[in-house]
Amino acid sequence: MPIKHPNLKLTRLTDAVPAWTGDITPEYLFEICQQVRDGGGRLVALWGSDVRQQGGGFLLHITLMNESGLVCLNVPLPAEHPNYPDISRIFPAANRMQRAAYDLLGLYAHEGHDHRKWLRHGAWHGGSFPLRKDFDAAASLTHEPEDYPFVQVEGQGVHEIPVGPVHAGIIEPGHFRFSIIGERVLRLEQHLGYVHKGIEKRFESMSVQQGAKLAARVSGDSTVAYAWAYAMAAECIAKVTPSSRALWMRALLLERERVANHLGDLGYLGNDVALSFGFAQFWILKEQVLRNNAALFGHRYLMDKIVPGGVTTSLDVEGKHIIEQECDMLDEQVRILRNIYDEHAGVQDRFIGTGRVEPKLAAQLGLCGMAGRASAQAWDARVQFACAPYDKLDVKMATYRNGDVAARVIVRFDELFESLRLQREIMVNLVHDNEAPALLEKLPANGFGIGLVEGWRGEVMVAIHTGAQGNLTRVHPHDPSWQNWPLLEHAVIDNIVPDFPLINKSFNLSYSGQDL
Amino acid sequence: MMTEYDLLFAILFQLAQLLLVVLLAPLLTGWVNQCQAWLQNRSGAGVLQPYRVLRKLFHKDAVIAHNASWLFRVTPYIVFGCMWLAAAIIPIIAVDLPFSQAADVIALVGVFALARVFISLAAMDIGTAFGSLGARREMLVSFLAEPALLMVLFTASMISHSTQLPRIVDTLAHHQFILYPSLAFAALAFVIVLLAENARIPVDNPSTHLELTMIHEAMILEYSARHLALIEWASSLKLFAYISIGIALFVPHGIAEVGNWAGLPLAIVLLLLKLMLAGAGLAVLETVMAKMRIFRAPEFLGTAFLLAVLGLLIHFLLGA
Repeated sequence: MPIKHPNLKLTRLTDAVPAWTGDITPEYLFEICQQVRDGGGRLVALWGSDVRQQGGGFLLHITLMNESGLVCLNVPLPAEHPNYPDISRIFPAANRMQRAAYDLLGLYAHEGHDHRKWLRHGAWHGGSFPLRKDFDAAASLTHEPEDYPFVQVEGQGVHEIPVGPVHAGIIEPGHFRFSIIGERVLRLEQHLGYVHKGIEKRFESMSVQQGAKLAARVSGDSTVAYAWAYAMAAECIAKVTPSSRALWMRALLLERERVANHLGDLGYLGNDVALSFGFAQFWILKEQVLRNNAALFGHRYLMDKIVPGGVTTSLDVEGKHIIEQECDMLDEQVRILRNIYDEHAGVQDRFIGTGRVEPKLAAQLGLCGMAGRASAQAWDARVQFACAPYDKLDVKMATYRNGDVAARVIVRFDELFESLRLQREIMVNLVHDNEAPALLEKLPANGFGIGLVEGWRGEVMVAIHTGAQGNLTRVHPHDPSWQNWPLLEHAVIDNIVPDFPLINKSFNLSYSGQDL
Repeated sequence: MMTEYDLLFAILFQLAQLLLVVLLAPLLTGWVNQCQAWLQNRSGAGVLQPYRVLRKLFHKDAVIAHNASWLFRVTPYIVFGCMWLAAAIIPIIAVDLPFSQAADVIALVGVFALARVFISLAAMDIGTAFGSLGARREMLVSFLAEPALLMVLFTASMISHSTQLPRIVDTLAHHQFILYPSLAFAALAFVIVLLAENARIPVDNPSTHLELTMIHEAMILEYSARHLALIEWASSLKLFAYISIGIALFVPHGIAEVGNWAGLPLAIVLLLLKLMLAGAGLAVLETVMAKMRIFRAPEFLGTAFLLAVLGLLIHFLLGA
């Protein structure tokens, strides 16, 4: 039992990862969060759901994590004034999630200090909440002028640079407000939420297999992680376990996704210090991986290969041979490139000491995933909560404690080599057959399931709630970017303005993944 | 003694050089880019790409900020004019061109400075954060680069006892073939100044899309269409002018002597070869180096100044 509290009764979910769920009234919420925090635990996700049609009010869901596993707390809130105590004092990462829960569902964290809107940009009225079941889209859409109260920094010589949401390059839209003195950054404030697509609302009218397709498109660079997390949640509700072949296949795809993204990022990091040579080399390698993906699995980014119930792809002996060759090639090439990066004085001068996140701050604010491991936050779902087949793989976690750009580069290199090793090991265990996957077509009624997968960026969580007919009533995909974006604001303090793009790229967070 | 016949030729050749530099400059930029592409395992867009970009830009409609003043509008023409003039007065194919008589090295540095003042003012004119940011950084880089450039030019002036470019080139190219140790130091300093003044790696990155790291690009972010075309063209001309200065000071050999019109074809062939080599060398430098932190630029340019002063000192001490 991960949490002991007299007012909390936890039941274990039959999940691939250790997970529990339980109901708690708002007055004990703060206490339990504090208890988890004191025990070294973290906040994974916070979201809400509307159960007024089932005779309730609203539910606030909070997923916490400690060394024993995941705990998903359900907090019933009244339909009239759905208020709950602010938990951002315990978990600072909760701040934006709470503000998003208000923008989307009207759940209000009273006692809190920061009630500015987060995902709402004047596209719908302040008094209407899209995720409520009685939301009337036609009556709510509007074009309110944008006004967002940024925190002002005052003093002689301080001025602001507004950057974005439209950028000079082809990246996602996001607004960054720098308060600077000379070239020194005093404060950075992000304003995201320019890519709201209504994904969470869209899930409500979908079948379980259609939902898998949508989940795989939450964040294109993490499509495997999302598809697996969604499938894991659905399988948790249906209490089924996919065949071992399917699980090995999923792990193979996940590691391939990690390799492709790390290669791409290492190239981008070279490009951001104007070492275009590194950019071109790493992207040639990434392209090779993507082409092999297309040839072997039918999709460059491996979309829709993982579905609830199994996988829709297989790998024959010839395919294994191609992947083995690719692993050997990458192993050799990346080692050469790593030497070049390591020995290039100009590159190291830019990387070392830039954008530092001290381990203490990282722990306090809940930095997670790859960036977290570069700041000594030793969390990796493949290690701590190894679901099959990772329980048979003995993943070596890559950690580093400097927390600067150089550390995030080192962790990427280490994880890349580890992923190559894992791919080889997976291939030994992967048997080839053409069996049709036992696809999940229907989920049991009134179920709840949760999936947690260590994507390349960090832990990706998907939670599924089903209704009376086994339909999807609420699906919440959670991106690790939620936790890590606020750390970027801290990482850039006291750095110089021209170093921001490099620091930003070293985190490479998703704008879209945290704005569904 | 110059005859009327010679004068006519000189004017013709001055016109030829004017046309040559303005037409050839984008090709040099294209060549540098193409070399970089090859060095990075890319196929590249071809050496003619800058011409295509210019054609594209000249065919577009210009968008100008509402609060832009006349300064913003005239700057592209002034900058283009300055760079064209600079590239045209440097003796690269023959030493006795009519304009060259006016080509004093101090005036040349002044022409570059004039363009810089206008482009920085225009960047601040519309009041965007990036424009001022770029202008500020440009000033930081150039106020350090300019003295270093002057020192390099003075070293060459000391050897030839003149600040006139044709005299300097004439002395260095024709009178006697001597390896000047002072010029070796000056050459090193000049390469650093060339990189800084032309917004090249490691000081700036001409191909970046990261608005927060830009120097030169940040200043011209608000320009479009013909204005942008003129500025891009001027940048090519500036690079051409700088490489020409380098050739004129350090490897002028082969340039046509006064009155020796027959030597011109060879001079032009040699010039093209030198430009190709210099462009390839620039591409190599830019490929092996990463961009430095902006506050390292003063150290970098301080090194250039130091090297140039060392060149001067060596000239005093060794007389060479």
